[in-house]
Amino acid sequence: METTILVFLLFILVLSIFLGFEVISKVPSLLHTPLMSGSNAISGITVLGALLAAGLAKGGANDFAALLGGCAVAFAMINVSGGYFVTNRMLNMFKKKEKK
Amino acid sequence: MELTTLINIVYILSAITFILGFKLMSSPVSAKRGNIISAVGMGAAIVVTLMDTHVERFEFILGGMVIGTAIGLLFAFRTPMTGMPQMVGLLNGFGGLASLLVAWAEFHAHPEGQGVFGGTVLWLTAIIGSITFSGSLIAWAKLEEKFISGKPIMYTGQQFVTGAVLFGILATGVLFALDTVAPEAYRYFALFTVLAFIIGILLVIPIGGADMPVVICLLNSYSGMAACASGFIVQNNLLIVAGALVGASGIILTLIMCKAMNRSVANVFLGGFGTPVPGAAAQVVGEMKEVKIDRAYLMLEAASKVVIVPGYGMAVSQAQHAVRELTEALEKNGAEVSFAIHPVAGRMPGHMNVLLAEANISYDAMVEMDAINPTMDTVDVCMVIGANDVVNPAAQEDKTSPLWGMPIIEASRARTVIVMKRGKGKGFAGVENLLFFRNNCRMLYGDAKGSLQTLVSEFKGGS
Repeated sequence: METTILVFLLFILVLSIFLGFEVISKVPSLLHTPLMSGSNAISGITVLGALLAAGLAKGGANDFAALLGGCAVAFAMINVSGGYFVTNRMLNMFKKKEKK
Repeated sequence: MELTTLINIVYILSAITFILGFKLMSSPVSAKRGNIISAVGMGAAIVVTLMDTHVERFEFILGGMVIGTAIGLLFAFRTPMTGMPQMVGLLNGFGGLASLLVAWAEFHAHPEGQGVFGGTVLWLTAIIGSITFSGSLIAWAKLEEKFISGKPIMYTGQQFVTGAVLFGILATGVLFALDTVAPEAYRYFALFTVLAFIIGILLVIPIGGADMPVVICLLNSYSGMAACASGFIVQNNLLIVAGALVGASGIILTLIMCKAMNRSVANVFLGGFGTPVPGAAAQVVGEMKEVKIDRAYLMLEAASKVVIVPGYGMAVSQAQHAVRELTEALEKNGAEVSFAIHPVAGRMPGHMNVLLAEANISYDAMVEMDAINPTMDTVDVCMVIGANDVVNPAAQEDKTSPLWGMPIIEASRARTVIVMKRGKGKGFAGVENLLFFRNNCRMLYGDAKGSLQTLVSEFKGGS
């Protein structure tokens, strides 16, 4: 059972890596800084794992684990909100001047 | 429809929005739309996760959400564009820390054990998260130059210490993964997390401030890998897909930066670069020729094609707005102005573009190094503002130069070159710039911002 899941997850991982290289190598150097801050936002995806930990049922070892999860939610959300908003702020500045 | 099915379908849609978000970044026209689509996908993933039946209490979730979002917003709106490398650096670290905390929480909540596979992914997530966190803090401090200097810090036996710590991480990892229910397991977990924290410090400490762009890129990648590893803990596809995308992005940028500096990744991380190379100076022919502002004005006034090569020095002296004013004056005078941007200009990939965009300079005037070089012969005046090593012809002509082989912007091929510089000092690499001694090169000494403003007023008064 466990190995089936592992192989399946590894399958997803390998395909995602290739897709990532394919898509991201097409981003021009002009936009590399917003690309990095956007990556920050997406690495905040850990928030999903953090939410599951922070929402653990009450009692026993779960209480401390949920507290850790809550901290993880906070740090991941800094990435999510900070990353998306700063990327948006930066991309707003990229303008093309109208040629007269 | 079952709830878990719904959740998983939304996860698939979120994965699509992330991929689309990156894809739309291939053009500045669509990039903003891509970012918003990606953010919506993230929001949807968070909402459906909250609906999961395993989420049974909300006080920690609410607290974490409110605090995290507020701090994130503060960062996003308060950070000046010159501070982007520091901000991205810190966020890399927080991403790593979040993954580490998830691993810790999962380990703590399952005293019944995880199996070898579970133990291994817990170990991987904790150490990548920990390395990313401490490494990013050091990188941030080096960029800020607040707590530690940007200079590389070297000591004897460095490799030995690093090796010993790495061995410790590996050994405790094996012991941990083999038996996660053993009474010592918690101690092993603490031990390799702390050792990984130390490794993060040891890896970044010897790297010079000017190499921080590479480090930031690599840590960006690590923060993705940490998220990816935590996806294996909670067995969640979306974490794996998103983490892998970020991981790939960081690696691509790392390689681009290394190529632009003509150095291998290993060379950057062994550290020590940034200390001047003694005795490697080539014999310099000719002398530097100074030019006064009124002469520089006449050169620019007669030019029909001008290329500006900006360096980080321009941003430091906050001269980008003066550069824009000069650009407008030149364009009004009928000249065509473009900006030649070297990949390592600025302190992170694409940083110079953001700084210029902030000063309202049109993005289609910004040209990449490889695109501008073939046109350099037709340029009337090339203005070098606060850049040095990236225009040094020694990279192509002097095999003994430390810069040899580095791709450069071939400024020396323009009809006239005006170099704006504070004084006669050498570049970051401690190498004489052969460009400054060329017959077609003129040095305009002084504060770049002041000189640019004077030039602008000459244009206003002259026309």
